[in-house]
Amino acid sequence: MPLQSLDIKDRSATTTASPSIRGGIEVAKLIDISKCIGCRACEAACMEWNDLRDVIGENPGEFASPRGLSDASWTVMEFHEVEPDGRLEWLIRKDGCLHCADPGCLAACPAPGAIVQYANGIVDFHEENCIGCGYCIAGCPFDIPRISPRDAKAYKCTLCSDRVAVGLEPACIKACPTGALVFGSKEDMTQHAGERIADLRDRGYDNAGLYDPDGVGGTHVMYVLQHADRPQLFGLPEDPTISPLVSLWKGIAKPLALLALGMAAVGSFFHYIRVGPNEAAERTEEPEESA
Amino acid sequence: MSEPIERYTPEERVNHWFTAIAFVLLTLSGLALFHPSLFWLSHLLGGGTWTRILHPFIGVAMFVSFVGLAWSFWEHNRITRLDRQWLARWRDVVGNREENLPEVGRYNAGQKLLFWVMVGTMLVLLVTGIAIWHPYFAPAAPVALLRSAVLIHSVCSFLLILGIIIHIYAAIWVKGSMRAMTRGQVSRAWAKKHHRAWYRDVGGGAR
Repeated sequence: MPLQSLDIKDRSATTTASPSIRGGIEVAKLIDISKCIGCRACEAACMEWNDLRDVIGENPGEFASPRGLSDASWTVMEFHEVEPDGRLEWLIRKDGCLHCADPGCLAACPAPGAIVQYANGIVDFHEENCIGCGYCIAGCPFDIPRISPRDAKAYKCTLCSDRVAVGLEPACIKACPTGALVFGSKEDMTQHAGERIADLRDRGYDNAGLYDPDGVGGTHVMYVLQHADRPQLFGLPEDPTISPLVSLWKGIAKPLALLALGMAAVGSFFHYIRVGPNEAAERTEEPEESA
Repeated sequence: MSEPIERYTPEERVNHWFTAIAFVLLTLSGLALFHPSLFWLSHLLGGGTWTRILHPFIGVAMFVSFVGLAWSFWEHNRITRLDRQWLARWRDVVGNREENLPEVGRYNAGQKLLFWVMVGTMLVLLVTGIAIWHPYFAPAAPVALLRSAVLIHSVCSFLLILGIIIHIYAAIWVKGSMRAMTRGQVSRAWAKKHHRAWYRDVGGGAR
């Protein structure tokens, strides 16, 4: 929600500068999957702080509950049972918005101010400006936004922009009992991740690393992965980027199409001025010549 | 002495203008969602959310209406050898030198081309439009389909709007054409000059 109107970096469907006189540091949430025990305290804290109650679903016999993100579940634990090196591993990943530096949802959004990116890196939906078109879903490389069946607005994790604006950490961070979730400046979080990765490598996870994908300019929710060479084990795309279809559609196609349509209209006008009307002379008095 | 010739029946005119009104509403609301500079056009339908709600329904109405037009005019729009010659001499077309062009039937090659562009784009617009239609169909569509559909929908809209700009200008440029679609009639001189073969067919040369 719009608490910080003076430090907006980017704003959907807006062709002029956004209020941006205040700078500020970039923040980040770091999710250390090697420390997560899957307790779902973060899910509960998210519901509680944001006052969300999802519809009670059905349990199909798996651990994930709810089964995926929705308009009222902005973060969900995913449980991946995998055998990457012939050894069973239970990889529990907290799914939710990654707050891309180059957000595909914002690029695709046609409604002015429905999606904003704050100077601190948080990408926030302002639902009162949302028209419910679902373009953000097409734009997102991580399949995060959900259109609510109740009000046809798009919802996702806000990174507790309201809490962060007043100097608090996001609700999920506060609830995490193991320190798998930490929050701070992006710089500090990157440094902390480096220490965690060194520790994991000491323990035999040679491919441990940080998930902060360059394809979307980096993210403000980062993961420490035990197998950073295979993010798909965790249900993460290997090299996420804004789809070239979306870049074309909301990039170069926009000005070119308008230019071409404008030129067709203006060109027609000047054709008329230059060549003049095409008239069939009406000779009512003379007998018509045979065809 | 020279009474006008009927070119369009009242039913065809109503069908045409129903399609045209739907097209204008769709163009304005569609462009509003296409480029931020044109978002203000969304106010014409009552704001962004109303634009999102109404655009698909108007789209379906335009498609159904256009099916009627396509049904009526399909036979007259088959491309012939003479049409290719006509198109090859496009310089004479835009230069108002109609005497250099091959004889034209009910429709000239430009009109026929527009007809087939409309048939093609309307079909694709319908299919892609349904795929991205919130909240009815889009929730069931995979993201990869949504991405292709929004792009193809935009490209087809662009082609259609471009075609219609030329269509409207041609009606202004070729004097006497507008009356064909507003009152259903054209003058004998108009028919003879622009659609000589059709003029003969409807009995113009018999007198």
